[in-house]
Amino acid sequence: MDIIPTISNALHEKIVRRNSSEFTNIWNILDVVCDPEIPVLSIWDIGILQDIEFKDGKYQIIITPTYSGCPAVDAIKEDTAAELTKNGITNFEVKTRLSPAWTTDCMTVEGNNKLREYGIAPPVDVPNGCALHVTPTENVLCPHCRSKNTQIISEFGSTACKALFKCDDCFEPFDFFKCI
Amino acid sequence: MSTNMAKSNQYDNEDTVKQKTLQYAARLGDDSLILGHRLSEWTSNGPFLEEDIAMGNVALDYVGRARMFYTYAAELAGNGKTEDDFAYLRDERQFQNYLLLELPRGDFAFTIVRQLFVDVYNDYFLTELKNSNDPEIAAIATKSHKETRYHLRRTRDWTLRLGIGTDESKAKMTKALNDIWGYTHELFEPDALEIELIELGVAVDPRLFKEKWLHDVQTIIHEAELEMPDADWAVRGGRNGFHTEHLSMLLTVMQSVHRAHPGASW
Ligand SMILES: [Zn+2]
Repeated sequence: MDIIPTISNALHEKIVRRNSSEFTNIWNILDVVCDPEIPVLSIWDIGILQDIEFKDGKYQIIITPTYSGCPAVDAIKEDTAAELTKNGITNFEVKTRLSPAWTTDCMTVEGNNKLREYGIAPPVDVPNGCALHVTPTENVLCPHCRSKNTQIISEFGSTACKALFKCDDCFEPFDFFKCI
Repeated sequence: MSTNMAKSNQYDNEDTVKQKTLQYAARLGDDSLILGHRLSEWTSNGPFLEEDIAMGNVALDYVGRARMFYTYAAELAGNGKTEDDFAYLRDERQFQNYLLLELPRGDFAFTIVRQLFVDVYNDYFLTELKNSNDPEIAAIATKSHKETRYHLRRTRDWTLRLGIGTDESKAKMTKALNDIWGYTHELFEPDALEIELIELGVAVDPRLFKEKWLHDVQTIIHEAELEMPDADWAVRGGRNGFHTEHLSMLLTVMQSVHRAHPGASW
């Protein structure tokens, strides 16, 4: 099935922020930093990398956590610092900012596609789109066989950002990246 | 000179508000941490694998919430303290969480009933807290509210399942409702500090949504074919640092590693 990639406001604003930023090189360097729990997604794809500012002679790398208790945040901070250092940039700080709060809308189109290929149903693969920010209990598109004949097994999967589903056509269980 | 006086008064006031906001943030951190710890006790003890994982994830949400509130409290304190000082280096009397949250995890019915009361409460509380005129507190509330909405859905499902389930599950739910009810009253009784912060637009006035909370809880309890508890006793004291004997044991377990190996990291 073809998916028309409509873009949310949050994602649009994020893309504008990056495109109008003068620190293109920093954004590009950080494209290789990935979520340690979903290694196909970069922190840009997932929306954790919120902004890059320059203050008091330092780059301020602004990140925002997905879920309050997400244990990946500390690892992401370390990986971000390591990647910048590796590229010869030493004047930086990695800062957490909570507002605007992260939502699934921040995930890029590429991010959604990569998730699906990786075997995790992305937040856009729900019957009515994820604009309502409600995680459905059925009819999420199966990432294996594309059937809509699916249902929730558990509200929580292997990490806070995922719910567990099963497909009633191919009988495979799968993780669904929740809409919030 | 009078201008200077006015100025210094203004600074004093700002300082007092800051101190009180600090205490409020620490209380909200205490509520989250203590409940998060109780939920984490289900890890590897859940009734089945999916539920074990779910409970662990809800616990993580609460511990994360505590970290955000404590980090902000530490920032307001501005004395080099960190979130860890709040979590690991304070004693029982310094914790100001509601008593409801420190009660032992009990059986699964007990945990679900407590979550039902707490989730419905937090749904209203955090909706209001998003409008706090303290931007950091408002940001934490916005983040947390999304999670609470999700928790509530699962808790409601479990309440129905256990209430309508078997004679045994129904009996356990009924007992839990009656055992817990007396601890819910203090959730709606702001003390002097909170009343002052409510007037300043920093804190939330829970009295304003008590009726709605009662209505929602009642609706779900009746849907689950259970009776509203009619226990006429009430226990209070959490916000004053008076606790049940259970908190000291919880803290002993939770703080033991940090106290035995100060500053350890991995
Ligand atoms: Zn399938």
